[in-house]
Amino acid sequence: MISIFPSLLNGAVITLQLLVFSMFFGLIIGLIFAILRINKNPIINKFAYGYSYFFRGTPLLVQLYLIYYGLANIEFLRNSFFWVIIKEPYWCAIIAFSLNTGAYTSEILRSAFQTIKKGYIEAAQSLGVTKKITFYRIQLPIAIKQSLPAYGNEIILMLKGTSLASVITIMDLMGEARKVNVLTFKPFEAFITAGIIYLFITFIIHNIIKYLEKKYGFQT
Amino acid sequence: MELLSFGDTGWGDELFFATLMTISVSIAAMAIGFIFALIFTPLKLSKNKTLNLIGNCYTTIIRGVPELLVIYLLFFGGTGAAMYVASIFGYDGYIEINAFITGALSIGIISGAYSTEVFRGAILSIDKGQFEASKVLGIKKNIQFYKIILPQMLRLSIPNLSNVWQITLKDTSLISVTGLVEIMRQSYIAAGSTRDPLFFYSVAAVLYLMLTFLSMKLINKLEIKYSKGY
Repeated sequence: MISIFPSLLNGAVITLQLLVFSMFFGLIIGLIFAILRINKNPIINKFAYGYSYFFRGTPLLVQLYLIYYGLANIEFLRNSFFWVIIKEPYWCAIIAFSLNTGAYTSEILRSAFQTIKKGYIEAAQSLGVTKKITFYRIQLPIAIKQSLPAYGNEIILMLKGTSLASVITIMDLMGEARKVNVLTFKPFEAFITAGIIYLFITFIIHNIIKYLEKKYGFQT
Repeated sequence: MELLSFGDTGWGDELFFATLMTISVSIAAMAIGFIFALIFTPLKLSKNKTLNLIGNCYTTIIRGVPELLVIYLLFFGGTGAAMYVASIFGYDGYIEINAFITGALSIGIISGAYSTEVFRGAILSIDKGQFEASKVLGIKKNIQFYKIILPQMLRLSIPNLSNVWQITLKDTSLISVTGLVEIMRQSYIAAGSTRDPLFFYSVAAVLYLMLTFLSMKLINKLEIKYSKGY
């Protein structure tokens, strides 16, 4: 039990790296697509909807395989500079996770944008505040505050999602647990220890979000 | 398109049966999940602290660890556990548990945790007055549950259960790691033998989208049917 702990912790570091990178890129993607979703132009709107529909309607594993195995099939990508990135399973995983969490984040932020009271925007307009400043100073902060609880859930879902990286040869926490299982034939020790580490990370994330909600969120 | 033809040359029939497999695993998992949910929902709502703790542990742990971990634990650990139990009864041979059963059971345990939360929320949203009224009328506890609470609980949980169904459907793709030939596994095999992963994984994505789309339509109909009169 104790001897397998260091290798699992090494895996946990990779898991956290994957999580942080994909949450970071996912947030940017989500924000862009949320803004596209509330755009009134039907083509832009439909495009953003299609994106989120595809990534929320298909399993993460399909997306991961499409990017890891599928993209390598396209000739011009293989000859281009992108090949440096997509030949690495690590970056493929981050691309897939970012796109996936981006789709969910865009939905969370969109619903937050849409629940902002019209009065705020009208008040800003009547005070002569420009559209840009209204967006950055009024709409965006309120939307972020309102979406905190849902976003916390999304982080935890993504943490669980990163375990799929192990199927494309990445030695994250799940990958290390599989290795321990293969080497020692002790499935219960390997997977239960990994499960405890996952639960521990979930617990920490949950508490951070709870703290942020208390500090910045809306009191209901 | 040739790759998708039915018969010996194409992968159409294989993918079709794989889709049926995905659907049946999902339905089996959802049914197992309901059984788990019906056991654990009363525990979560119970006033007894120990029972409450058991219910909370189930939902917290299952929703806090990756789905893949539950599958691996049952897949690698299940055989060992079954053989250990069998050895107590004097059977020492090798036991192999069917991949379908392992898959449906592990996904069922996961979807059960989500369904438990849905049922709990639904019961909590039933007006307290109804419990009191049935008590005043002298209706027995189990009749109160079956005739008053259960029907309302099911109606109230349809929208959220549709989310659980979507999650379950997508989670079944993970069973492919245990070798059960469903959509994901079949695409993997096809991609490997034709060297065209982009095409076959796109087909897999389209199949999943079709399944989620069709099931959403179906559930919406159910929702309209059962919310008549409200």
